[in-house]
Amino acid sequence: MEDEQSFSDICGGRLALQRRFYSPSCLEFCLSCPRITLRSLTAVTCTVWLAAYGLFTLCENTMILSAAIFITLLGLLGYLHFVKIDHETLLIIDSLGIQMTSSYASGKESTTFIEMGQVNDVVINEAIYMQKVIYYLCILLKDPVEPHGISQVVPLFQSAKPRLDCLIEVYRSCQDILAHQKATSTSPEGGDKIISASNRRSHSGMGAYWHRQEDKSEQDHDPASRIGHSV
Amino acid sequence: MGLVSRGAAEAGRGAASAVDRPGPPDAVPNPTPTPPAEGADPGSSRPGMVLKAFFPTCCASADSGLLVGRWVPEQSSAVVLAVVHFPFIPIQVKELLAQVQQASQVGVTVLGTWCHRRQEPEESLGHFLEGLGAIFSHRPWFQLCRERGSKSWSCKATHWQGPASPAASGEDQVMLIFYDQRKVLLSQLHPPTALPDRQAGDTTASAGGLAAVFDTVARSEALFQSDRFDEGPVRLSHWQSEGMEASILVELAKWAAGPVCLFLACLLSLISAASACRVFKLWPLSFIWSKLSTCEQLRHRLEQLTLIFSTRKAESPAQLMRKANMLVSVLLDVALGLMLLSWLHRKDLIGQLADALIPVADRVAEELQHLLQWLMGAPAGLKMNRALDQVLGRFFLYHIHLWISYIHLMSPFIERILWHVGLSACLGLTVALSILSDIIALLTFHIYCFYVYGARLYCLKIHGLSSLWRLFRGKKWNVLRQRVDSCSYDLDQLFIGTLLFTILVFLLPTTALYYLVFTLLRLLVVAVQGLIHLLVDLINSLPLYSLGLRLCRPYRLAAGVKFRVLEHETGRPLRLLMQINPLPYSRVVHTYRLPTCGCHPKHSWGSLCRKLFFGELIYPWRQRGNKQD
Repeated sequence: MEDEQSFSDICGGRLALQRRFYSPSCLEFCLSCPRITLRSLTAVTCTVWLAAYGLFTLCENTMILSAAIFITLLGLLGYLHFVKIDHETLLIIDSLGIQMTSSYASGKESTTFIEMGQVNDVVINEAIYMQKVIYYLCILLKDPVEPHGISQVVPLFQSAKPRLDCLIEVYRSCQDILAHQKATSTSPEGGDKIISASNRRSHSGMGAYWHRQEDKSEQDHDPASRIGHSV
Repeated sequence: MGLVSRGAAEAGRGAASAVDRPGPPDAVPNPTPTPPAEGADPGSSRPGMVLKAFFPTCCASADSGLLVGRWVPEQSSAVVLAVVHFPFIPIQVKELLAQVQQASQVGVTVLGTWCHRRQEPEESLGHFLEGLGAIFSHRPWFQLCRERGSKSWSCKATHWQGPASPAASGEDQVMLIFYDQRKVLLSQLHPPTALPDRQAGDTTASAGGLAAVFDTVARSEALFQSDRFDEGPVRLSHWQSEGMEASILVELAKWAAGPVCLFLACLLSLISAASACRVFKLWPLSFIWSKLSTCEQLRHRLEQLTLIFSTRKAESPAQLMRKANMLVSVLLDVALGLMLLSWLHRKDLIGQLADALIPVADRVAEELQHLLQWLMGAPAGLKMNRALDQVLGRFFLYHIHLWISYIHLMSPFIERILWHVGLSACLGLTVALSILSDIIALLTFHIYCFYVYGARLYCLKIHGLSSLWRLFRGKKWNVLRQRVDSCSYDLDQLFIGTLLFTILVFLLPTTALYYLVFTLLRLLVVAVQGLIHLLVDLINSLPLYSLGLRLCRPYRLAAGVKFRVLEHETGRPLRLLMQINPLPYSRVVHTYRLPTCGCHPKHSWGSLCRKLFFGELIYPWRQRGNKQD
């Protein structure tokens, strides 16, 4: 089943979040970035061509004009193929892993897949970005040396940069699946992992106050059943 | 035998019945946890778990039969490698699997049944398939079904308490992941770059999941040796079942590689023995060899060729890639060199070059003379110390005069030498470029000499100035303590010291100007040589075979995998397509770069500026002999 909601990103542009629910263990989120506008395209082209014309009047060399056209075309193609991201997709498959795909405007797709065995947790972090403080969703990877440590932080939705309301939607669904995965995990310390995860969530710092607020009701019920499960 | 004939009859009729009454695959988990069956591993699945079945796309249209593959309990996933078709004799299937297991060290077993039917299956087929489950005991027992001509799949994985009570079996959800067997077999996973504090053993342990799948498929080649044209007792379906694929060229090359490698290895060992003989180790020759970059390049190429044509087989895929990269690099080098040679000969450029060389050298010397005349006058309006100016200027002018005489002495032999040098281009473009760099170094030898004279003079002056400046302030350099200490001097020491200090200070602009001019000239020559060396390094180290492989067969170099969710209907199991995510080009170059001579500048810009200021000699690249300053 599929549903679509509309959010906004940190600069005020419109984003569309499409959620596809394939099964209780497989979920896909597709976040579409604001499109390239005719206004910005026209502005850039006019600037480049006016500058080229200015140079032409100085140098009287027609090569400058053809070079300007060439540069504009190549620049546009390069921008569409390497820079402009059309939509970003997050696919979570319980017991397999998490996959992030960025689709560029020219159709190119770049995919990263992280196996579930390497995923420690999915959290919302705060960051200072230019002059703002923003929230971003990220995946914490496990450290193979230290079982409960974190070796790397992988940020998600970096070019869409949605606001907190959108992130909370994605975060809730991810946590549901991760909790389900940990509950049915085959490793013997599955129970410990869940308890330590819930501990970390509750101690995860000042910016994470909504963890306590949202998950407070869950935590009251869960430790009892989880402890029973690990025994 | 009864089982076999009944199976044949059922399959032949094509009639099918409801062999499985599937509860919906995404049903709620069993409220009562089922303890695992006795034969199962302790780490096997708990109820409500999703099992993963990796299914090859080539078997999706195969006839009904048994699923053969490997069960990985840690990831609770089953990797299906092939399908055994009816009719078969269970004993022979078990023998075949035992053979494969011994040959490949992979635990290949019968995992379940595969049913590819036209309509709904019959009851009898259902019981037959369940009976098979009793013969081949494997838990969990998979039952995959597909309707012919449609995309609806169904799968079931059961744990049995025992043959008496099949109804009490626990069922798990199964997730189907399709993979392209040939691509997974041929590809090589490159895990993300490990942190330096990790050891290799840890990464392989934690790489887990998908690396295990790739490993299983890659090591089970013994299973894929039989195709459908073989008259063996067991009929298999896998990626090679339509016939083993091979290329005539590759087979011929493999057959011819043995003797050719042996012959070339002997030849190369002769050459290396000849070059290592004692004559070349005598002092003047060894000094010259260490200075010329051509010799270094030739030695590098000889090492590479020895490695390529060595008769030992490559132990790991990385070594094989390295050999292939070296071979392609050498071939490209030789091809470019031959192109250069043909271009030179077509335009008779060598003759023109030889004719132009002497006038160019003359012209350079003339320009230098003009420069010195300018320095001896009032350069840029600065007033120089006339006496020192004249001395230095005349000294350098005499050197230039000597140099011109030597060039003119050599002029009859230039064309011959250049012709032979041009021939060396057939050894490779890199050799030709190295020779060019050496010729530039030889032709600008006088600039190098001037730079050394100017730098030494300037360095001496700077050291003298700093020491006398300390004396002027009443301090001294303590060599023992490596610091500046105060010191009381006698009056005559102070007097002479101050006098010398003044003289040196007033002579400083002249020396500094000469030093500046010749350092700039030297840096220009060094920059040109550096560019040539950069180009040579590029040709030497670029892994062209790996880049070509990435371009033409991207699945061979895998950075990871990517999944795509296929059409999903509620009530049916989740189906995913696993594709190979190829390695990005930058990582290909980084991983498979060939090691080069490593003649890179050893100091940073800061230390370079510091050395220039104090007049220390700079060697932009360390020579092989590690000549010290």
